[in-house]
Amino acid sequence: MSGGSSSLGNVSRISALIVDDDPVIRKLHSAMLKSLGIQFQLAVNGKEAVDLYRSGANIHIATKELRAMGVSSIIVGVSSRCSDEEREEFISAGLDHCYAKPLTVAKIKSLLEGIKY
Amino acid sequence: MDVISQLQRQFIDYTSSLYREGYVDDQFSQLQKLQDESNPDFVVEVVSLFFDDCQKLVQNMAQALEQQNVDFRQVDSHVHQLKGSSSSVGASRVKNACIAFRTFCEAQNREGCLRCLQQVNQEYSVLKNKLQQLFRLEQQIIAAGGSIPMVE
Repeated sequence: MSGGSSSLGNVSRISALIVDDDPVIRKLHSAMLKSLGIQFQLAVNGKEAVDLYRSGANIHIATKELRAMGVSSIIVGVSSRCSDEEREEFISAGLDHCYAKPLTVAKIKSLLEGIKY
Repeated sequence: MDVISQLQRQFIDYTSSLYREGYVDDQFSQLQKLQDESNPDFVVEVVSLFFDDCQKLVQNMAQALEQQNVDFRQVDSHVHQLKGSSSSVGASRVKNACIAFRTFCEAQNREGCLRCLQQVNQEYSVLKNKLQQLFRLEQQIIAAGGSIPMVE
């Protein structure tokens, strides 16, 4: 585990879900969260949600479905597309944050610092 | 110079050249930082996964481009995925090849796409060889009883 996690407070209260159909990304993002001491689960199922996200155009539907199911947790989009237009699309769909790939430990830390937990 | 120092010197020089020549970028060093005692083969594992992924995606792109009526959106979605994973592991040249590729997909230019596919394939092959060489050097250092130097 890398140092500096003390500045993040009690991360044991966070649980994350990593959703990506790319196994490289799942493995990488898992290691990043692990290095910060954050528990996580991986989703390859919930296939529809993943497919909807991957097709890009339908993130509105996927996010709305999640919100309608009562998901009030923070949803962070990590995409290889991150034009201003796409960022706006993400946010207006109900995502809380959008990051461009590659995801880094520094980006995750800055996200955590913005959350009260 | 003893064997270990010599190997370490080689490793440092080789790693530096990979960065300098743009084969890998800072994201690759992020990968190396995630490797530790609890995760000692992390870089090799991620890189192997990436190359398997790459091979599969390249095959899919080739198949899609062989069709009578090319579905450029399909091709683009494969390139998009490869761009994501290559940028995430620090495979800089592969990523750049993908960026160029996407413009030809958008233009629905089959010839351009085929050229880009060739480029992607080449970059991936070269990188694979380079990283295999790097990992071999690492193994030699460890076998000689030395430790892998950090290259900033």
